[in-house]
Amino acid sequence: MTIPYALIVPTRLVHLSAVDVVIVVFYFALVLAIGFYLRGRANTGEDFFMAGREMTAWVAGLSFLSANLGALELMGWAGSAYQYGILATHWYWIGAIPAMLFLALVMMPFYYISKTHSVPGYLKLRFGEPARAVSAVSFAFMTVLMSGVNMFAMAKVMQIVLGWDINFSIWVSSLTVAVYVTLGGLRSAIFNEVLQFFLIWAGALLIPILGLYEAGGWSNLKLQIAQRASDQYVHLWSGLRSFTDNPMGINWIGIVFGLAAVISMGYWTTDFLVVQRILAAKDIRSAEMAPIIGAGFKMFVPLIVILPGLLGLAVLPMKLVPESVAAATGMHSYNDVLPLMLARYCGPGLLGLGITALIAGFMSGMAGNVSAFTTVWTYDIYRPLINSKGTDHHYVNMGRWTTVIGVLISVGTAYLVMQFASIMDYVQALFSFFIAPLFGTVILGMLWKRATGPGGFLGLLCGTLSSIGMWAWVKADPSALRYVALSPHAKALAQDMFQALWSFLVCVIVTVVVSLATKPKTDAELTGLVYGLTTVPSVGDIPVYQKPIFWAGVVALVFVILNIIFW
Amino acid sequence: MVSIWFFIGISLLVNGVLILGAGVYEIWHPPAEQVVLYNLHASVWWGGLMTVIGAWYSYHFKPGQKKAS
Repeated sequence: MTIPYALIVPTRLVHLSAVDVVIVVFYFALVLAIGFYLRGRANTGEDFFMAGREMTAWVAGLSFLSANLGALELMGWAGSAYQYGILATHWYWIGAIPAMLFLALVMMPFYYISKTHSVPGYLKLRFGEPARAVSAVSFAFMTVLMSGVNMFAMAKVMQIVLGWDINFSIWVSSLTVAVYVTLGGLRSAIFNEVLQFFLIWAGALLIPILGLYEAGGWSNLKLQIAQRASDQYVHLWSGLRSFTDNPMGINWIGIVFGLAAVISMGYWTTDFLVVQRILAAKDIRSAEMAPIIGAGFKMFVPLIVILPGLLGLAVLPMKLVPESVAAATGMHSYNDVLPLMLARYCGPGLLGLGITALIAGFMSGMAGNVSAFTTVWTYDIYRPLINSKGTDHHYVNMGRWTTVIGVLISVGTAYLVMQFASIMDYVQALFSFFIAPLFGTVILGMLWKRATGPGGFLGLLCGTLSSIGMWAWVKADPSALRYVALSPHAKALAQDMFQALWSFLVCVIVTVVVSLATKPKTDAELTGLVYGLTTVPSVGDIPVYQKPIFWAGVVALVFVILNIIFW
Repeated sequence: MVSIWFFIGISLLVNGVLILGAGVYEIWHPPAEQVVLYNLHASVWWGGLMTVIGAWYSYHFKPGQKKAS
């Protein structure tokens, strides 16, 4: 068996040939060209911040999925698949598909009909300025920090995988993103996310194809994994009866009620980074179809993320270890599995494409965060709270400047994370504080007309504070996890699920109690915002196979079949 | 307006040609250090596939051909 040269080079995982460099450079040239081309189509607020609200279902749907499909996620989940087996697939199936279909069929009509430009914008219409302010400030703060965290992670990955200087990676990528988003606004970000989608599939799909060929097929792969790790590594549900039956230390309650019902619902239906792409759709049918298209492709992402991790267990000659052990010993960490598999099968050209796919994933993630930050800052903070009398042209200029400043803040965050690595954990924890309570607030706002402004605001606030409280409690006393997750056998991953579940419940209970004690809004104030007072336009007299509900049913059926097959 | 699918086509076409070319070059000049499953010449057929798909997209969505999306 020949061992790729790259694997024996101690300082980097892969070595790019000339054709690989040409492919990478071509990608940068293309994204800049797209940005310059779209400059002329981003001169109004509607064009710059909402891409003219004219995206087709396919463009909005692929962008919606790609906004989430960053390189950090690709590498991280491939590493998790190596570490925990097929259980990692839950974050792509039950942890995404039901939520995406729910967004399409239940929530999207309200977002779209209200003509809001953002999730905080919907909260303002439904609950008033205080709820909008909490959501907008927290989202703006988190998303620009996440952009910086992603930027640092990308630079670190490029250093490990390619040997690139960290400063070079940070500045080249951030300046490129700054240029094409400043010029073309959301449309440019969306176009590049669709491009990223194709690059990722083109660059990564060969790994499972060649890997399964080398392993001798799926059945042989399962046998090899059972020998090297455990039989539980290839079962999705049968090991979830208790925390001790599976390598992740979780149970089915956490997966179903924590991950599926709360975390994934919160993320896919209220995180403005992804929802913004759907709000840019050209009509109600496209807005409903886009998440369904995204869900359809999401179900097959495990082919290029989870399967490479599982294949790594069977075919890689070296054993991968946790990050901390890797740092101390020089061995490869779990997160290296995807680049190692790329280096294993991909010669000149293919390797460049795979690396470009990773770079595209990182940069699209940054662009998505920055474009979402720009919209929320301009429309939900600057316009209502600082200057409500500006012209449309003024707000577009504010958007362009905010893009540049947002990128610079992200660069600053990236350097801060370089000095204090634990900041990454804090930023990611910050994200988790808001997402579940926000889902509680938004869903009650859409489905229960009795929810009042004070109820929505206080529910969001209390849910968030309860999440922070639980996190701080477990941070101070790790044994407290047994109370949060209701079991002494729960492991760290279970904390996120149960913390989300409890904070969601706190938000809902407080919202209901306070709403019942405060004056309800009139029907006139709620028209177009809540179930029962909103007339959803028909998708038209079209054949059943063109209706969103039909395709939602198809996706749901495939989802159920896949879960049964891999039980 | 130029469609996003045209840009996708150009990306696939250019990358496909580069990868196909690299794959053909490797057949004529086999590298000293070969990747696993080198004998399958994945660069050739994968690059060829990308070239065909990219060419179709570029032609089908070229400016002036279809309404932009």
